[in-house]
Amino acid sequence: MQNTFPLWKNLFIVMVLGLGLLYALPNIYGDDPSVQISSTRTTQLTDDQLNLIKETLTAQGIVAKAIEFNDDQILVRLESLDDQIKAADYLKSALGRGFTTALNLAPATPSWLRAIAAEPMYLGLDLRGGVHFLLEVDMDAAVKQAEERYVGDIRGALRAEKIRYASIAKVNDFVQVKLKSEADAANAKAVLGTEFRNLKLSDGKELFVIEARISLDEQEQIKKFALAQNMTTLRNRVNELGVAEPIVQQQGDARIVVQLPGIQDTTRAKEILGATASLEFRMVDVKHDAQRAAKGKQPIGTRLYRERNGQPILLKRQIIVTGDQIVDASSGLDQNNAAAVYITLDGIGAKKMGRTTRDNIGKPMAVVYIENKVETRISNGKKVRHKEKIEEVINVATIQGVFSKRFQITGLDSTTEARNLALLLRAGALAAPIEIVEERTVGPSLGQDNIDQGTLSVFVGFVLVLVFMAAYYKVFGLVANVALAFNLIIIIALLSMIQATLTLPGIAGIVLTVGMAVDANVLIFERIREELRNGNSPQASIYAGYEKAFGTIFDANITTLLVALVLFGFGTGPIKGFAVTLSLGIMTSMFTAIMGTRMMINLIYGKQRVKRLSL
Amino acid sequence: MVMLKQNFDFISKRKIALVGSGLLLLISAASLIVNGLKLGIDFTGGTLIEVSYGEIVELESIRSALEAHEFSNATVQNFGTAKDVLIRIKPREGVNHSQASVQVLKAINSSSEQIADLRRVEFVGPQVGDELAEDGGLALLYSMFGILIYVAWRFEYKFALGSVAALIHDVVITLGFFSVFGLEFDLTVLAAILAVIGYSLNDTIVVYDRIRENFRNLRKGTPQDILNNSLNQTLSRTLMTSLTTILVLIALALLGGQIIHNFAIALLVGVLTGTYSSIFIASPVVLALGVRKEDLMLPEKEGLDIDTRP
Repeated sequence: MQNTFPLWKNLFIVMVLGLGLLYALPNIYGDDPSVQISSTRTTQLTDDQLNLIKETLTAQGIVAKAIEFNDDQILVRLESLDDQIKAADYLKSALGRGFTTALNLAPATPSWLRAIAAEPMYLGLDLRGGVHFLLEVDMDAAVKQAEERYVGDIRGALRAEKIRYASIAKVNDFVQVKLKSEADAANAKAVLGTEFRNLKLSDGKELFVIEARISLDEQEQIKKFALAQNMTTLRNRVNELGVAEPIVQQQGDARIVVQLPGIQDTTRAKEILGATASLEFRMVDVKHDAQRAAKGKQPIGTRLYRERNGQPILLKRQIIVTGDQIVDASSGLDQNNAAAVYITLDGIGAKKMGRTTRDNIGKPMAVVYIENKVETRISNGKKVRHKEKIEEVINVATIQGVFSKRFQITGLDSTTEARNLALLLRAGALAAPIEIVEERTVGPSLGQDNIDQGTLSVFVGFVLVLVFMAAYYKVFGLVANVALAFNLIIIIALLSMIQATLTLPGIAGIVLTVGMAVDANVLIFERIREELRNGNSPQASIYAGYEKAFGTIFDANITTLLVALVLFGFGTGPIKGFAVTLSLGIMTSMFTAIMGTRMMINLIYGKQRVKRLSL
Repeated sequence: MVMLKQNFDFISKRKIALVGSGLLLLISAASLIVNGLKLGIDFTGGTLIEVSYGEIVELESIRSALEAHEFSNATVQNFGTAKDVLIRIKPREGVNHSQASVQVLKAINSSSEQIADLRRVEFVGPQVGDELAEDGGLALLYSMFGILIYVAWRFEYKFALGSVAALIHDVVITLGFFSVFGLEFDLTVLAAILAVIGYSLNDTIVVYDRIRENFRNLRKGTPQDILNNSLNQTLSRTLMTSLTTILVLIALALLGGQIIHNFAIALLVGVLTGTYSSIFIASPVVLALGVRKEDLMLPEKEGLDIDTRP
């Protein structure tokens, strides 16, 4: 009896191993420190920028390893980390604010490998360092805001139709419209019914009262929109922070995952992501006394605010311009060296501002800084969502002359605050407040330690198993060891190909796979030994060993795979990484430990008359 | 060639094993009820900050700095080396948690000459902590259930019950180990527990597979003999695989770093109990449930109208 594989089977196995080697290869080349330049919403990268980058680098005497330009970004690869930081600084000032400059570690994969789409494994944040945020969007607030918008819209619609109303106000979860007569009520209902198809109208308990509710479909739409809008805003903000390869992703109905690899200043990232800061411009009410209003009743048409020093101040209710109408903002210093934000308004905003300043020369105008804070606190053992709206007057200035589109504001505490405010105004406002519900930050030093320790434990575990197998199963053990090495290579190749995120628990999964992958071989070899003990010939024993062990291996691995799938389904982040490597490892080990070793055993023993097996 | 003694009477020792297992289960259950598990912030919510200093640092000075900044509920301890410090802050009433890490870092840096290198921050909000715990529990339940169905389908319901009994045995003892020794139980440890289920099952299935084969092929012998034979035939494989796995786990526990240390410990304990249970729990349970040759015969050989239930 002979044990041989048909040629195609041998070729197939060799081909899979070759592909595995090829696609695992990119992982040995390491990274290039590089600078990544990308366009923002308003700009487009062209050859002009490419030339400017080349000129700037030459002028500063920095040698770039390579400069790559592909559709929306330019990647400048550099020789050292020092060059990288220098180049980033020079390029930032040379290109101006229209472009984002980010530090990045770009894989140094040779072009021939990139041509076949071979890339190194994608390292998780726990390995490369960075921040992971889970943000929760306050959906109730989104709906509430919509109700408040409807109050204004309904008012406008009734006015346009000249229907007189007693009051329009938001009550609990609906908008209450009080009218003065039955005829008005009927007219109002008709108008609202045609103009606001998304509102459900019903009669209130009192006479001439209509209750308008936002339909459930519309509420769903509002929530979806709030989430989408918030993701856009967060993307803008993240881009403004200058992070290479950021991830902004929806998770579930109301949550957003933000991952910022390699970011150092997590405090700032947190401030910027969660912030809801915006501005409003209002005229100061000079007719009434603010001190008295603070103690008693506010005069009609005014609102009471406080300045940063705690002084009360009365402002007119009417808003001149809001943060939404700001199209650009940058920070700097004014002539007195105080922190300032330079603001550019859109057309409508500019017109309104121009009209107001023309009519009010010599009168004071106030800048209101608004911030919404949400956080979940524990109170009496229950989770309570705590909301806070901070409205402060940061600046009161007398209008000296007419201005409209471009102007500056001062009154901020520091240049940092000015810088952050400018960024937030540029990136746009959040549609609904968000709250950080989970944060995982890994510093760069720990990330590298994790890689080193992970690699070391894979290596040591691997060598231990090799020694043990070779000692116990001799030639067969060596064959199993070769298969195990290929198993590792194929796992790495697969992880690289599907670009699954490799995490520290993922590495642990690989280590565990190394330990368990030999199980298939142990099963086979023990079976062969048994067959030999029962007096069968070596060739027949090899044949029977592989045949009989297969069912067992299959059953045992399927159940482990089942568990790995459950882990994948329920796990988050790092745990998913473990599940991925474990399941990949199970599948690849079936291939290498059964097919791979069989091929080698066949080549060694298959065609000859064997008296003894080295087992 | 190393040969293991191949005729050990496992089944007759099942009473001793039962007493031993029972004792371990009792201790585990008692500790889990009395002490509970030392849950990590993944499940309780809270903030964890790991910092590293250039030189050895006095924990007392960090503690007092934190107390001065109203973090009196913080626990401060060394992590791995005397230069690394781990600070934990429990969720507290009326405090903004997502900013706690920033404030802690400010507090310890303002009171010390040395500037701390921020290694790691983990913040889990109260609403997320509950979800993670719930998902973890569900994952355990679903995987047990999935296994029950698969084994019942591939083998027979007695085997399904036997394997799940072994799994519960392993999980409870591993959890008990963490409870008794006060080791922190976090998400990675939960993943390890699930991996233990996978491993232990793997072991059990290999034994069951042989039991089935022997029941079908051997004409003579009591169920007890067949189980004993099967256990002995698979013994060297069981020990070899456990040994290689334990070797790599020891490497992982010693060299893998602090973050996955407990993960490796959970797996080590789990693999040890898993190996034991596949021999002393899974098979005796099948015997106790009264497994017979007829349970495992292929239907076409036995005719169509055989009722496989006892």
